[in-house]
Amino acid sequence: MLQKLYDWVDERVDITPLWRDIADHEVPEHVNPAHHFSAFVYCFGGLTFFVTVIQILSGMFLTMYYVPDIENAWRSVYYLQTEVAHGQIVRGMHHWGASVVIVMLFLHTLRVFFQGAYKKPRELNWMVGVLLFFIMLGLGLTGYLLPWDNKAYFATQVTLEIAEKVPFIGEATKTLLAGDPNIVGAQTLTRFFAIHVFFLPAALFALMAVHFILIRKQGISGPL
Amino acid sequence: MHKGKGMKFVGDSRITAERKPNIPKDYSEYPGKTEAFWPNFLLKEWLVGAVFLVGFLCLTAAHPAPLEGIADPTTAGYIPLPDWYFLFLYQFLKYEFASGPYFVIGAIVAPGLAFGGLLLAPFLDNRPGRKVSQRPIAVSLMILGIASVFWLTYESAAHVDWETRAEQNTPEMPVEVEIDESHPGYEVYQNNSCIQCHGESLEGGAAAPALTNIDLSVDEIKDIAVNGIGDMPPGQFEGSDEELQQLAEFIVQVNESGD
Ligand code: HEM
Repeated sequence: MLQKLYDWVDERVDITPLWRDIADHEVPEHVNPAHHFSAFVYCFGGLTFFVTVIQILSGMFLTMYYVPDIENAWRSVYYLQTEVAHGQIVRGMHHWGASVVIVMLFLHTLRVFFQGAYKKPRELNWMVGVLLFFIMLGLGLTGYLLPWDNKAYFATQVTLEIAEKVPFIGEATKTLLAGDPNIVGAQTLTRFFAIHVFFLPAALFALMAVHFILIRKQGISGPL
Repeated sequence: MHKGKGMKFVGDSRITAERKPNIPKDYSEYPGKTEAFWPNFLLKEWLVGAVFLVGFLCLTAAHPAPLEGIADPTTAGYIPLPDWYFLFLYQFLKYEFASGPYFVIGAIVAPGLAFGGLLLAPFLDNRPGRKVSQRPIAVSLMILGIASVFWLTYESAAHVDWETRAEQNTPEMPVEVEIDESHPGYEVYQNNSCIQCHGESLEGGAAAPALTNIDLSVDEIKDIAVNGIGDMPPGQFEGSDEELQQLAEFIVQVNESGD
């Protein structure tokens, strides 16, 4: 039955080559923890991806309750945390995932660095990786404001003050992020929300796609 | 790719009529114990992923995500802290050589060099040798960088009293109470000194707490109005017993309106 369905689609769309490209690739012995336990260091990139998926899914559920305005943001988070079934778990996953993903990224970067895996021909992928790291930090920074509690408000105020003091572009950057040269308020919250759920995830997906395509084309670096 | 004469298509489309077999490649001739990703290796990955997920869910169940009180720009003396992975930068900017007139060094030059170096690592460390022993400079700089980040993070976090912070900032739903100004007790409240410290709408002030969201009975409030409590001196209430009763009933009524 399933096979018939597959054949029906395949005849019309020719998906077999595409599917084989995705599914068929080798896992060399030196990266396989089943053969060499120390190869667990190669898992950190995959675990980063796994936590990123958790972040995306839990974040999607959070937006079902979250309201990005200064009157209701905190109340909606409080409501989610205390009243909604499993709300605490969903918010907890997103909150802890944000920290775990940084830890995993850090370990992945260390693996790549200490193995010298960024050397020719993998320079481009290393740079894509560093950009991915910055995007994750940006997601952490913007997400921190969204619950609109005291910790969020005052930390963001300090961040924006630091941005403001940068010569030449500081004030423009602050106004762009905060929506106003002086006030951290309603505009700031909606801008951080937009950056956190649209701008940065879009950049994250694009760079992750490039990261994975490059890994597949170049193959994983050989044993040391 | 096959093209030109003899090509057959499905209908008028550009999909070839020739079907390709959907069978995995044979990896037995690859060097070492190479394995196919699909499905062999993916199954093992799922096992590891499942274990990881269980551990992660235990963490989230054991430690609910923190939430402080609703943002209030008038909160006095709140010491702001970023999330833990920004603490090192935050701490760095506190040092004399990185703040004030040297702000540009602390906020732009130093982090710029560090992160720029990280971004351009493949070009700075561009000889082919991959082993740690073959690239002493790159590796020592990285170790120095990691050590500084750890140390700065420690310096920043060690002086914070996390428990007191959490206790002082418990989330409380702000209650919206109705002040019935026609209540006889409100007049008593206005005519006494209560209103000067506890505010026009019982919202509290610098010298006294709010009278909303309190859990006291009529008799307890009467007692406090006459005898004081904590920093509130005795003898604040002046008037008849009947007025005292009205005052206390008014405060209780306001509190009940917020539930
Ligand atoms: C969202 C973030 C990221 C994801 C999901 C991710 C995922 C992955 C995965 C699954 C691999 C395959 C090998 C492995 O798992 O170790 C890989 C390889 C690689 N990653 Fe990342 N990565 C991310 C960020 C980074 C960062 C921050 C860097 C470095 C600054 C980086 C540099 C590299 C390089 C150079 C390779 C090729 C290594 C080799 O061939 O041995 N990636 N990445």
